[in-house]
Amino acid sequence: MSHFSPTAAVNYFFNYFLMKGVLVTIGLTVAAVVGGLILGMGIALLRMSSNPILSGASRLYIWFFRGTPLLIQLVVIYSGLPQLGIKFSVITCALVGLILNEAAYLAEIVRSGFMAVSAGQREAAWALSLSPWVTFRRVTLPQAFRLMIPPLGNSVNSLLKATSLASVISVEELMRRSDMLMQEHFQILEVYAAATAYYLILTSVWDAIQRRLEKHFGRSSAAKTRRVAARAPVAQASVEARA
Amino acid sequence: MSEIATNAGGVEGAVTQTRLREVPAVRMEAVYKHYGDFTALNEVDLKVAKGEKIVVCGPSGSGKSTLIRCINHIEKHDEGLIYVNGVELDHQRKNIDAVRRDTGMVFQSFNLFPHMTVLENCTLAPMTANGMSEAEAKDLAMHFLTKVRIPDQAEKYPGQLSGGQQQRVAIARALCMRPKIMLFDEPTSALDPEMVKEVLETMKKLAEEGMTMLCVTHEMGFAREVADRIVFMNEGKVVEQAAPEEFFKNPKSERARTFLDQIIH
Repeated sequence: MSHFSPTAAVNYFFNYFLMKGVLVTIGLTVAAVVGGLILGMGIALLRMSSNPILSGASRLYIWFFRGTPLLIQLVVIYSGLPQLGIKFSVITCALVGLILNEAAYLAEIVRSGFMAVSAGQREAAWALSLSPWVTFRRVTLPQAFRLMIPPLGNSVNSLLKATSLASVISVEELMRRSDMLMQEHFQILEVYAAATAYYLILTSVWDAIQRRLEKHFGRSSAAKTRRVAARAPVAQASVEARA
Repeated sequence: MSEIATNAGGVEGAVTQTRLREVPAVRMEAVYKHYGDFTALNEVDLKVAKGEKIVVCGPSGSGKSTLIRCINHIEKHDEGLIYVNGVELDHQRKNIDAVRRDTGMVFQSFNLFPHMTVLENCTLAPMTANGMSEAEAKDLAMHFLTKVRIPDQAEKYPGQLSGGQQQRVAIARALCMRPKIMLFDEPTSALDPEMVKEVLETMKKLAEEGMTMLCVTHEMGFAREVADRIVFMNEGKVVEQAAPEEFFKNPKSERARTFLDQIIH
């Protein structure tokens, strides 16, 4: 076994067992993003609250989950909590860990998105008698979301790869199944080449999705950029000040 | 006009005197606003009759923007009383809502919603806050967009319009809520010089139709032509109030004199 066999690598790539691991990886990522966004939005709202207890609790949460390794969080949930009588299935453990962790990162992204929406937008909404809900849903959220997409994309990319840590608590996602194949056949490079290819494909697909999202939500501001380029510098400054 | 000039010993003209017997559009009594140690409004008293056009001017930092932003509670005043069409702005939700429904506001930086088309900017509030149907709201929006002379831009995004056009959209958007009082916070300060006129023309038209207006501006030509009264502020105080002729010819305070010297070249 002193050489690399491309054929074996290709075979691993089309291995049904490994492919099912890929599906688990995708499932974990999607569920963690959706769950993390919902929880993260709530944490961000608390963080922006004027109530010091709520914002303090939210800050504590973010501090804790961003300040400790995901690996420890997963292991504690999987092996530590049963000691206190709290026991989940393997996949639930992974999801809980990934969502709790991701929410902390997304909360900060959500918060920065909202903070970047100019105060003038809220003032205009007040002046027009819009209710707080309409202001949030129709005015601030869409603008904040557009600003959130690039950092959000980055975070999803990290998360996609971080799901591999769930292999440690025996979730049979792409990494874990690669390990299993490797232990069975000892074709280390071949197996991991296939797994690497899958991760690259997944991150590339996500890149493409992110670009489409940016294009979709940036359509009005793209028009703005074109317009500004053709206009006088004074007006440009004022337009940018609002953007 | 001569009537106002001869009456200029008093603050308001004869026409305004009779108006003041009605419930005033705006009444401020001993209003204070602080930002930390800075006093933005220092015992401000102001009465605006229905239909009156007021231009507020003064050096930067004199509190003129704060003054009009307190009238629709975008800034919360700390002390004193503010009544808008008889409703006391006492920080209670329902009174704030009532006052905001009566007032429209136009901002220096337009504050249009950049992710919505011009038409959507104009229909959002009538539909969500007034429960108007989409068709009704569109008709209303087109009515006011026609009035500010940009109905053909309805489907564009604000970023595709010039500054002057954006500000006219902002005026139309405010009018769609059928306000009784319009507040303008330096509406032409962010515009290229060649676009100032189109916005001022729109405001003049509004004034001719009898809208009650409070306008913070440095456009003294506009003030001379449209204002019933000029309110001059300095360091958070209303220093002087007078009809435009009187104010420009004969400013009583030293501060107003130096201010006018500096802005009228």
